[in-house]
Amino acid sequence: MQLTGAQALIRSLEHEGVEVVFGLPGGAILPVYDPIIDSSLRHILVRHEQGAGHAAEGYAQVTGRPGVAMVTSGPGATNIVTPLADAYMDSVPLVVISGQVPTAAIGSDAFQECDTTGITMGVTKHNWLITSAEDIPRVIREAFHVATTGRPGPVLVDIPKDISNSMMDWYWPESIEMRGYSPASDPDPSAIAAAVELILSAARPVLYVGGGVLKSRAAAALAALVEATGIPVVTTLMARGAFPDSHPLCLGMPGMHGNYTAVTAMQEADLLVALGSRFDDRVTGKASAFAPKAKVIHVDIDPAEIGKVRRPDVGIVADCRLAIEALVAGVGERSSEAAAAERSEQLRPWLAQITEWQERFPLYYETSDESGRLKPQFVVEALRDATPDDTIVVSGVGQHQMWASQYWRFEHPYTWVNSGGLGTMGYAVPAAIGAKVGRPDKLVWAIDGDGCFQMTAQELVTATSERIPIKVAILNNAYLGMVRQWQHMFYEERYSEVYLSPDLPDYVMWAEAMGCVGLRVDSPDEVHSAIEKAGSIDDRPVVIDFRTDSMEQVYPMVAAGTSNSDIIVHPSQAKAEAKAEAKAGRP
Amino acid sequence: MSPIRHHILSVLVENKAGVLARVAGLFARRGYNIFSLAVAPTDDETLSRITIVVDVESAPLEQIINQLDKLINVVEITELHPAEAREAELLLVTVAADADARAPLIQLCGVFGGRIVDVGKDALTIMLAGDPGVLDDFEELMKPYGIVELQRTGRVALPRLASAALRS
Repeated sequence: MQLTGAQALIRSLEHEGVEVVFGLPGGAILPVYDPIIDSSLRHILVRHEQGAGHAAEGYAQVTGRPGVAMVTSGPGATNIVTPLADAYMDSVPLVVISGQVPTAAIGSDAFQECDTTGITMGVTKHNWLITSAEDIPRVIREAFHVATTGRPGPVLVDIPKDISNSMMDWYWPESIEMRGYSPASDPDPSAIAAAVELILSAARPVLYVGGGVLKSRAAAALAALVEATGIPVVTTLMARGAFPDSHPLCLGMPGMHGNYTAVTAMQEADLLVALGSRFDDRVTGKASAFAPKAKVIHVDIDPAEIGKVRRPDVGIVADCRLAIEALVAGVGERSSEAAAAERSEQLRPWLAQITEWQERFPLYYETSDESGRLKPQFVVEALRDATPDDTIVVSGVGQHQMWASQYWRFEHPYTWVNSGGLGTMGYAVPAAIGAKVGRPDKLVWAIDGDGCFQMTAQELVTATSERIPIKVAILNNAYLGMVRQWQHMFYEERYSEVYLSPDLPDYVMWAEAMGCVGLRVDSPDEVHSAIEKAGSIDDRPVVIDFRTDSMEQVYPMVAAGTSNSDIIVHPSQAKAEAKAEAKAGRP
Repeated sequence: MSPIRHHILSVLVENKAGVLARVAGLFARRGYNIFSLAVAPTDDETLSRITIVVDVESAPLEQIINQLDKLINVVEITELHPAEAREAELLLVTVAADADARAPLIQLCGVFGGRIVDVGKDALTIMLAGDPGVLDDFEELMKPYGIVELQRTGRVALPRLASAALRS
């Protein structure tokens, strides 16, 4: 059967099981858009290519399937570089198809030409420039294989216009042959045995759970490991929801804005079991002062992560789920009733210490003062309490993201979607759209900042026109809040270029102009009714402009480059602590 | 060049467009220093070999190898410690050679086993292949005569047979 390259491309996507493509057409990709009309694909027309990329990421994050985006050459391709870099940092499987100028024009500075594969080389797991229509099915198959296996990540396939238009004999490759690519999978039994030994002898162990646990769909295995060992768990920003926050052994989020107990437990641990986590600087603080007494077991599918930041005592290169299952089996073989009792006795002082920290330094904010200022944390809590616990929460980057991660209670995997590694402002709205497309059965709330919202809000037009009823809570503090917080703490309150204004733009009018329902909340007593009203609307997107307290800071905080032992708690907690210490006669 | 600071990576890659850019780009964006680099096809036309001498003070060698190995087009990486490798490099040098200098230059060239590949009115071009350390020495000896132009290829290497045999 003879097909054009464009037809072969669309047919290849269908063979890969693709149902949804986020994209925006243009000159060089025109031939590929024609067969979309006759295909089974749902194409969602975004308003900016960055939106296509983040939507595909949101889709991938909640479904576990690769997100697909399609853009034209030149500016279409450069506009999706940010989502590629974002997906590369957070290991999100993404397949981006970009148009390219005709082969003969490549290198001639043709209209809308850019070196797409060159530009995206450093932010993709791999990319391809197709030079013959015959290669299309093979390359698409390889692209999906690379994006979804091993450590997942984004890939890009660049297809010149003349290749899309030329004819080829259709085939679908039965197998994939890539001699330079063979991702790890099974753990080494001797490393597992060594890890089990460390786990059973530790007195102050912590499971340091990262995004890899979600990527490998290992939440159930993790629960079994906790059950078998009784070891407390921290879930990083990328792993929120991998272990339920309501579990007594869940300590919540560690890191720069992690809670005191999660940060301090890691710092005081004698064993860290790092599962699909990468010792990111936002988690470790000053790396040389991180968890100084801890031995480390590090499980990661990417060999380059083992020893990159911290040299482990036991390194296990494997799929996280398989490694955790092997650990569970290994611990199981070694346990008897007597051993289990002895083991729980061994952990008792550690768990008691953890409880003491939790009681002394819970997450804390001062509730609305006399002025009646609306606290952003209160909004997050109200939203959390008013929605089902399988609600998908999507955030941008900054203060609102930290409050969402801190104050939401994540009970299920794949209910938290955010930009972790790259810290991409403007992520929330398009990613929420992708999440809702992937899981139309779930309620999807974006918790966004006013600065973030202004970067990608135009995608609400996409949401309205495609009938994707997401809900957006803007925690509008009229500032680039996280930058403001750093200027407050580290630049003597010299606020440079961080003020945004609470009512320019008018978020309600803007939302309405984009076909959404817009609501405004100025005071704490309006919060519940607004959330209730938003909940009653499911035929279009809803945006709530929560006018929150500009002065609020995110606590606790570990200042960049300092040790996690120097964690800064909320000032009133610090004051109370100092008072108690003085009373007890301690220095 | 002290042997401790440098390691040789012999990297077998798929012979595809842009592979060298991927390898070089990885070094650039991760802040690893390349001391020298040589690329050529192998006896298998689908593969090329890149010989990279890396400055291991810029990053632990293990991390460099692990990151390189993640490149999809990289098929195999062999690490060669200088003490366990046969290294070779080629040098072309054009030296100022007036009537007085010509005789000693020809003599030096002979001592080092080089070859005079071009002769001009007041200059000679000498080709010398061999151990990179020997090339360093030769380069030093040429300096007083006045080097007009000098070009080195970057080294290539294979494991030393004797030490390989001793290990097994």
